[in-house]
This record gives sequence, structure tokens and C-alpha cells, in this order.
Amino acid sequence: MVAQPLRRAATVAAAALALVGFWELYRWIWTSAGWTWPFVVDRTSMPHVWTIFRAFGQPTQVNQPALITILFHKSVFTGKEALVGFAVGAIVGFAIGIVLAHSRLLQRGFLPYIVASQTIPILAIAPMVVVWVNPKLPGPLQGWGAVAVIASYLTFFPVTINTLRGLRSADPRALELMRTYAASRWTILWKLRVPASLPYVFAALKLAATASVVGAIIGELPSGLQDGLGGAIINFNQYYSFEPQELWATNVVAAALGILFFVAVVVVERIVVRRAPENVA
Amino acid sequence: MSVVEIKGVTKTFARGNVTALENIELELNTGEFVSLIGPSGCGKSTLLRVIGDLTPPTAGSVTVNGKPARQARNDGDYGIVFQDSVLFDWRTVAKNIALPLEMLGWSRDRRRARVEEMLDLVELRNFADHHPWQLSGGMQQRVSIARALSFEPALLLMDEPFGALDEMTRERLNLELLSIWEKLGSTVVFVTHSISEAVFLSTRVVVMSPRPGRIAGVVDIDLPSPRTVETREDPRFFELVTQVRELLRKRGEHLLPEEAAELL
Repeated sequence: MVAQPLRRAATVAAAALALVGFWELYRWIWTSAGWTWPFVVDRTSMPHVWTIFRAFGQPTQVNQPALITILFHKSVFTGKEALVGFAVGAIVGFAIGIVLAHSRLLQRGFLPYIVASQTIPILAIAPMVVVWVNPKLPGPLQGWGAVAVIASYLTFFPVTINTLRGLRSADPRALELMRTYAASRWTILWKLRVPASLPYVFAALKLAATASVVGAIIGELPSGLQDGLGGAIINFNQYYSFEPQELWATNVVAAALGILFFVAVVVVERIVVRRAPENVA
Repeated sequence: MSVVEIKGVTKTFARGNVTALENIELELNTGEFVSLIGPSGCGKSTLLRVIGDLTPPTAGSVTVNGKPARQARNDGDYGIVFQDSVLFDWRTVAKNIALPLEMLGWSRDRRRARVEEMLDLVELRNFADHHPWQLSGGMQQRVSIARALSFEPALLLMDEPFGALDEMTRERLNLELLSIWEKLGSTVVFVTHSISEAVFLSTRVVVMSPRPGRIAGVVDIDLPSPRTVETREDPRFFELVTQVRELLRKRGEHLLPEEAAELL
């Protein structure tokens, strides 16, 4: 039993090593054979893995802290936006799901617009959100608050869809059992439908967790915020041909932040959802 | 005193134009254990659902504890056990048993005390904190019975509760159910399609026939109480089994072959 987490960690490490190995092997074959399809392999298109990781320890400019320190602070900033966006999106998404589940009419009327909301690229909505939301925000929320709202815009959708589906997943005989207790709609919702929906809701929260990080990063771009990973990505993009490893290193940090969010949801799910192993979505 | 009074109950399903029940008259007295038996499609489960007000009758009336069935359901006058245990996966055994008590607004202490009693009754004391999926099918069904009885309903409705279990578990649970019934003195309506189960458990067996669902006959079971493993070897037990079987056969002339095979 103790060996299992260890074995899992070993599997993850082995997979990471395999990916690094594949990257370097591909690089080596393409450069030594001189192949140019599908793209030319050189230090700009595919820097060495160790070049990327060495970049963490070096300052990007003289008299500046190491890249890893800068990226750490930036990911804390982006992480804050993503966390608030995730929380707001999850709560709003869940609430919309519950409301729609109780009214066919509302569902028929509003669901198409909820779906449509996700077909509009986030980049097209972000500037409007910044313009609308920012002036209303109190001082400490200025700037990043609007980004959190953008992140929540990406987050609520999967939660709404899966909550709707999950609330309908309750066993019909369990509903009948509740009828024999003369249970009210409200009681049925909290004692049966919501618990039954949780595996679905958590499947959505896993999607939402990574989406909230992506949403926060993208939201920073039109906001002109320099304090987060989005700002860093824009910045390092401009120097890509000289220092590609810095953008790659930023991507690694952004990915790590997304994984952290995902794992946090998985941990909460383990604690909250007590189901037969085969029923966990 | 009668606990359930069924008067002229007819139930037709618009879809497929099926008459599930036709003019059913039946009265159940306090403390009786009545089995409804018949081939698939004879309306035995529908009759149980009509008694529990889970399906309204097309015509006729059902009275439970002197009240219309709807009122009785709203007052929590009966407990029900389905073929599947229908336990809530996310609740422990103890919490599953406490579910109806929560609905009735019992205090935490009162709930805990009652759950302990019920766990003893169905002999699952050591499994209070287990989750349903960690139990065998027979244990799950015992939890379901404990849940149905936890609030001491006057009436217990059971819809083929042991139908999904193997023969050995089934016979053991039959004995357990009887000892619970003797202890609590509740009235039981028990749907089954096993003749020997019906005869072994009941004080009365109501034999039903299909298309349309009707009562083909009622057999009074005069086996001595309490019933034990030996009861199944009693010559009177075989006579009664034969009597029920004859009733089913007489009415079974218009059965489909597989329905007849299921019963004989």
C-alpha cells in the first residue's frame, strides 16, 4: 500500500525522462541527417532541454534576479487570478446548472446562449471585460480582478454542462425512494441529485482547473498587465530568436501551474467523492 | 383491523393499451405477511406501487391506515424495499439507514440510537462505517431493509427484494426477515415469483394471473410459527406449495411458454 504512491511517482518520472529523451533524440537525428521537414531543427526551434533548464538559474538582464525567481513571482500573480477565476466560475457554473436543471423552459431558452458564449474567442471578449469591469473594482482588485473574471468565463461552461448532466444522473429508483419519504424538491436536490452529480462536477472541475490558468494568461494580454506569466510570454516572445530558452522556460512554468491546479482538484475529489471505484467519472 | 384496503382497483397503461390490473379487491390486516405471486406481467409489482402511491390507479381506491394512499405516503406510513437495494453510494451504511430519519427531522442523538438498533436487528453492527459498494448483495439488501424499517412504518412494501440474490443467501435472508417481522409485528406486502419463498414467508399468498392482472386465488398459509429451516421439509409446506402451483397452472393456460416455465 505504501509502495503505490512511490510506484506512481516513479512512473511519472520515467514518462518525463522518456519525453526528454525523445526530444533530444529527435533533435540529434534531424540535425545530424540535415533533415528540414517539417521544420528546420536548430537552437531556435528546439533548444536543448538542459539549455532550457539552465535558463532558470540565470538572470535575463544584468543586475536582475534569476529567471526562476521572476517566474515564481509571476506565476503567483497569475495563480491568484486563476484561482479566483476558477472559484467564481465554478460557483456560478454550478448555480446555473442547478437553475437550468429545474426548469425545462429556462434550459431551452438559455442553453443555446451559454453554448454560444464559448464559441466567441476569449481574446475578443477580454478587452471589453477589462473596460467594463476594471472601473468598478476596488483598489486592491484593480487590474487582476478583470483577468480573474476572464478566467471565470472559461471556467463556468464545463461546470454548467456537467452539473446539468450530473443532476439528471440520479437513479430513478432512488428518486422513487425519495418520493416514498414525501421529500421536497429541495431535499431531493441536496440529499440525492447533488451528491449523485459530484463525479460529473469533478470531471468538469478538472477541465476548468487547467482552463482557468489558460484564461488568466490570455486575459493578461489585452489588460497590458506585466506582473503575470502572460506578460512574461509576450515579453519573451519578442526576444525569441535570441533567447528561445526563456520562452520555453516560461511555458514549463505555465504548464506546472496548470498541473498544480489539476492535482489540487484531484486531491479534493479524493476527499469529497466516496464512490465505488467504477462509478468515478 | 385492516391496514390496507384495496377496492375495485384497475390500472391501464395508455401506452400499448395494457390492462395491468383489473378490478382488484383485497384487504390486509394488521400484522399479516401477504405475498403477491404470479408470472411476469400479472401486475403484482404494479399493485404494490399502487398501494405505495407510486402509480395512481385508473379506477378504484386504496386506503392505507384508514387514509387515502396519497395521504399515507405523505405521512410516511410505509417503508419500501426494491429488488435492488438502492443505497446511496456516498453514504455509509449507518447514514443510509438514517436517511428517512433525517427527512423526518429526528435529532442526531435519536437517529444514532435508532441506527444502532437497526444495525443489531440486521446483524451489520461491524459494517456501520462501510460504504455500500464494500458489501455483498445480501448485506446491501439487509441495509435496505433496515432503512425501510428504521422509522417503524406500519406497513412494509417489498418488491422482489431477494430476486437478485443466490438461493442460499435468499433462504438465509428469508429466515432473518421472518424473525424481524415477528419482533416488530409490522404488516408486510411481499412481491415474489418464487412459490416456495411465498409459502415459507407468508400468512397469506395472493396468486395473480396476467392479461389482465387479476387475483386468481388466495391461499391461507397455516404453517406453524415461528418458521424454521425444518418448515421447508414439512409435508404441509409441500401441500401448500402444490396448492399455489395448481392455482398458477389453472390460470396459466394462456401463459406464454417461458412464463409458465418460470413458475413451474
